[in-house]
Amino acid sequence: MSAQVRPSSQPNGAPIHQSGSFAAHLKTLEKKIPLHARYGNFIGGEWIAPLKGGYFDNISPTTGQVICQIPRSQAEDVERAIEAAHAAAPKWGRTAVAERARVLNAVADRIQEYLPFLAAVETYDNGKPIRETNLADLPLAVDHFRYFASCVRAQEGSLGELDEDTVAYHYHEPLGVVGQIIPWNFPILMAAWKLAPAIAAGNCVVIKPAEQTPLSLLVLAELVQDILPPGVMNIVNGFGVEAGKPLASSPRIAKIAFTGETTTGRLIMQYASENIIPVTLELGGKSPNIFFDDVMREDDDFVDKALEGFAMFALNQGEVCTCPSRALVQKSIYERFMERAIKRVEKIRQADPYEMTTQIGAQASNDQYEKILSYIDIGKKEGAKVLAGGVANKLSGDLSGGFYIKPTVFEGHNKMRIFQEEIFGPVVSVTTFDTPDEALEIANDTLYGLGAGIWTRDINRAYRFGRGIKAGRVWTNCYHAYPAHAAFGGYKKSGIGRETHKMMLDHYQQTKNVLVSYSTKALGFF
Amino acid sequence: MTTTNAAAERVGVSDAAREVIEQLKAQHGPVMFHLSGGCCDGSAPMCFPVGEFRLGGVDEKVGEIAGCEFWMDRDQFKRWAHTQWVVDVVPGRGASFSLEAPLNKRFLIRSSLCAV
Repeated sequence: MSAQVRPSSQPNGAPIHQSGSFAAHLKTLEKKIPLHARYGNFIGGEWIAPLKGGYFDNISPTTGQVICQIPRSQAEDVERAIEAAHAAAPKWGRTAVAERARVLNAVADRIQEYLPFLAAVETYDNGKPIRETNLADLPLAVDHFRYFASCVRAQEGSLGELDEDTVAYHYHEPLGVVGQIIPWNFPILMAAWKLAPAIAAGNCVVIKPAEQTPLSLLVLAELVQDILPPGVMNIVNGFGVEAGKPLASSPRIAKIAFTGETTTGRLIMQYASENIIPVTLELGGKSPNIFFDDVMREDDDFVDKALEGFAMFALNQGEVCTCPSRALVQKSIYERFMERAIKRVEKIRQADPYEMTTQIGAQASNDQYEKILSYIDIGKKEGAKVLAGGVANKLSGDLSGGFYIKPTVFEGHNKMRIFQEEIFGPVVSVTTFDTPDEALEIANDTLYGLGAGIWTRDINRAYRFGRGIKAGRVWTNCYHAYPAHAAFGGYKKSGIGRETHKMMLDHYQQTKNVLVSYSTKALGFF
Repeated sequence: MTTTNAAAERVGVSDAAREVIEQLKAQHGPVMFHLSGGCCDGSAPMCFPVGEFRLGGVDEKVGEIAGCEFWMDRDQFKRWAHTQWVVDVVPGRGASFSLEAPLNKRFLIRSSLCAV
């Protein structure tokens, strides 16, 4: 029972540029909608051309070629989107939670219905392999909409009986209109992380996708435009300085959420401080992945799982805020463990992102590709030893212009810059430790605290490290799982707030206290 | 690539980056740099009009390039202190509030070990 998707009215209906493998992949898909050479902003349920008429080229990192044009919005466009959100906010905020949940579930169902198509678009826009978009990005996005639909249905206010005649009622109320600026590493999933709780909580949203990967959320919007009431979700595209700043600094938003890096995070807080509004920030990390000697005590499935855990630095081309980019291996097993770990890394298949057997695709943009190579360069200059990779990868045909880097393993020490900065590429820096105390010291010797991994057969040690590492999430005998209902967020300079959990609703709600006296007697003060 | 600062100085600038900085100054007036950390577009220099980004006690001025101050977080600087840098520019745009993005350019740092 597939509902008819409303036909789009984009500024230019010409077809998008398609690489050979993208075109071939699309042919295999049953459910799809046309892609356009030029997109508008999605404002108030309509596709609106940027008011000053500027566009920028969107490049596929799989080929390095221009695929479509995206609005280069300015302050006036952002203002228009905020206006549309304000027009919709009073009604959406009063809409029964059952109805809000129904809408979110309908969005989830529609994404599910077009999942292989959205996955193909996401791969084209971002460069990650089709295997990941089909099996991780999109299914997780679907689940996040369903999860927050459930959470808001189950959410209750509270009452406190202060005395026999006095009751404090606490209601959850939406903030109103909120701004969201999302990154390019998981364009649809990061949008889902932010949109689902905000909309569930009764807010209307103005969201700005990253300028490297603006396409997939626009395609998603076209697919769900008949489901979401106009103005509940507004998408404005453009550059940070031209569109992001007017959004983040607007006195007409009640909250701003951002995922990215620390300097922009500070700037966003600075703008928020002028308007005295809350922020949630996720600013990345330099996550340690710790392997204790008991991992190798047996040669069983668990060793295999731990070795996969080591290779997880290459997931999503390393473009993950919690990339396990520092591996800490206990000295007594170092040689044995690394011999197998390197073999595992060398087996990682980097090829056409549209092949289901491809495990690692293209970096999301040329500047990211260049930055990663500059880090590989300083790693070598600092004296770190290259155990695998360490170079770019040139693929053939259409893909020869794409941004591919071989999975890279460095051996060095924690004071090197490659151990201290999030490279955001398929690069892991490995070091050793003798004692658990030393492991904990190295793990916490970082400015950040977003994720960490520990691998051990000893539950007491697992518990102590789980509590001892100063990070918002400690994966214990697993890594890179991002289920809804497990809170995600940072300690230290990694940010503020916890996403992917019902507590995120609080970050998008006001608390209204109604303090009621049921006594008819005067207090006697006057 | 040429650097105009002496090798002993912490931060240098490539000719290509200098050209972009001059273009930005002509467009926006005086500009400054703050080195970012963290994920996504982190560990790269951000360029703002002077006064846009509020510096604080946690920041340290680590040099000047093309007549612009270059700042970074003091704790981050401690972890970079054994290296020296050249600010360069590449095609791309990043996803930040840095001024060069609309030119389809992105500043980045090329590093070497400190000569001093």
